[in-house]
Amino acid sequence: MGPAVSVAPVLDAHTDGDTLELKPTGAWIATNSKSMERLSDDVAPQIAAAKSLTIDMAEIGEIDTIGAWVLEKLSRSAAQAGRTAQFKGISGNYAELIDEVRQLNRRGPTPHPKPNPIIAKLDQIGRSAWSATADIAVFLEMLGALGAALLGVLRRPRSLRLTSLTYQVYRVGWQAIPIMVLITFLIGAIIAQQGIFHFRKFGAESYVVDMVAILVLREIGVLIVAIMVAGRSGSAYTAELGSMKMREEIDALSTMGLDPVEVLILPRIIALVIALPILAFIGSMAALYGGMLTAWFYGGMQPSVFIARLHEAVSLNSFQVGMWKAPFMALVIGIVACSEGLRVKGSAESLGLQTTTSVVKSIFLVIVLDGMFAVFFASIGM
Amino acid sequence: MDALAELYAIRVADLVVGFGRQTVLDHLSLDVHRGEILGLVGASGGGKSVLMRTIIGLIPKQSGHIEVMGHDTERGFGSARASVAATWGILFQQGALFSSLTARQNVQFPLREMLDMSEKLQDEIATAKLEMVGIGPDDWDKFPAQLSGGMTKRVALARALALDPSIVFLDEPTSGLDPIAAGDFDQLIKTLQTTLGLTVFMVTHDLASLNVVCDRVAALADGKIVAVGPMHDLLQSEHPWVRAYFHGKRSAMLQPKQD
Repeated sequence: MGPAVSVAPVLDAHTDGDTLELKPTGAWIATNSKSMERLSDDVAPQIAAAKSLTIDMAEIGEIDTIGAWVLEKLSRSAAQAGRTAQFKGISGNYAELIDEVRQLNRRGPTPHPKPNPIIAKLDQIGRSAWSATADIAVFLEMLGALGAALLGVLRRPRSLRLTSLTYQVYRVGWQAIPIMVLITFLIGAIIAQQGIFHFRKFGAESYVVDMVAILVLREIGVLIVAIMVAGRSGSAYTAELGSMKMREEIDALSTMGLDPVEVLILPRIIALVIALPILAFIGSMAALYGGMLTAWFYGGMQPSVFIARLHEAVSLNSFQVGMWKAPFMALVIGIVACSEGLRVKGSAESLGLQTTTSVVKSIFLVIVLDGMFAVFFASIGM
Repeated sequence: MDALAELYAIRVADLVVGFGRQTVLDHLSLDVHRGEILGLVGASGGGKSVLMRTIIGLIPKQSGHIEVMGHDTERGFGSARASVAATWGILFQQGALFSSLTARQNVQFPLREMLDMSEKLQDEIATAKLEMVGIGPDDWDKFPAQLSGGMTKRVALARALALDPSIVFLDEPTSGLDPIAAGDFDQLIKTLQTTLGLTVFMVTHDLASLNVVCDRVAALADGKIVAVGPMHDLLQSEHPWVRAYFHGKRSAMLQPKQD
């Protein structure tokens, strides 16, 4: 910075009868704001004692809006206490600046009445309860729009965006395979290890196959994959649609007479409905494979024995139960992700918020759905 | 500071900037006097914004020399860089307000980060700056998403002025504003220039602003400054691009003033 910075601001005060005369010198500029504030605090008692205040600007070295405001505040504090306050000796260069600053901060924002804290809390609870019902409405609305778009596509099959659909299947399905396989493989291995470790105590090690198979095929395989998909692809859907909303791309589509649900959302959700069962199947196989390897290396069970036991333990039912759930979970994840994306408003913060909401909500709903399926399948005896 | 630095706010000499094999600015030189409003015109995509962004250090230069308020912008990192940054304020084309902060907090942000002052003073300075650019108390606590285009530009200008810079860079300050709002904005810049002694470097396509507020106008064509001077001189320029720019159909409004 230039040499001006090193010149510290100084505020000389001397009393002439009832009049307090303040003479600022040096650099009253932004970088010196700490010392300017200290100086002005120091003279506050003197201002309170004096009958009138004069600020002599004749020898000021340098001043900017911040310095001018600190001095103006001194004059205002005197004026508010019913004393006369004036500036004198303002040189031509600074006259306009001082004049400008003297006009500022005269009005505050219109005060908002502070609500009663109890009422505010009740209000907040009421609003969040209301927003929960609004969430259901949004979900149903998206389901309806999706159904309408699907009907439209069934009526005119050529209107299905095949390129987009293929690309989305590639993205949420094909590209997700390595990570899904890795995670489900590890989960399968861990379940088998825990099973062997605990079953060994009462010599029931061989039942680990039943446990791994039923757990993986009925529940864990599809659930883990659905949660991973919600975190991986659901969040991407929300962020994509959200930024399209922010940049008015979705509005542009509608003004061209196209239905954003049909163009953007339907291919994405169909892609999920196709990809998730496939991923769940691959994931379940990887988990069984992980379990088999653990049983072999950790439990000493030959793979041929594992596979033989698998034949006895698993009925087609267990496999079907898992697979039936997958497309419904995909539908829930897709609807939540897309409807949250469309709820994004102008700011970057809102995009982040909706993406978080989308992931949290879809994982929650996937688990709730899984519970409802458990009840349903139990009651039909599957 | 030497005598030249006293005279010039910005000195650009022999600047070359390019991306890959494409050269955008080709040995460009330009001086901006202290206390003047310089308007920079040029074809869309002709490198106006590139020049501005190179001067403020957002785009690396390939060769040449840039000095802002006597500081070489290339030298210096950390605190040296921060002290250069304190001498300028920048108004980006879209405002670039931080969307998670209110208008008031946006203006407070540089005060809080760069200066050592009490929160009360920060608050007062922020509201004073907002008032200076014509943002009333009712809009102080609005978020950028709730502000109109013109208000966004005003708040962004208030933020650019927060640290009392000696130079402000404006990237198309009046684009997207209606003529009344644009006229007000021009007036505001002129007022701030006289009250605060600002140097203003303004990239613009707005012929009216060029005519009304700019002390000098520089024309950028083919990666060079092909003409620079008061509006009157530029209208006389023989350079084909400058002639096309100022004597096209849309510039007809400027002609009567000439006679």
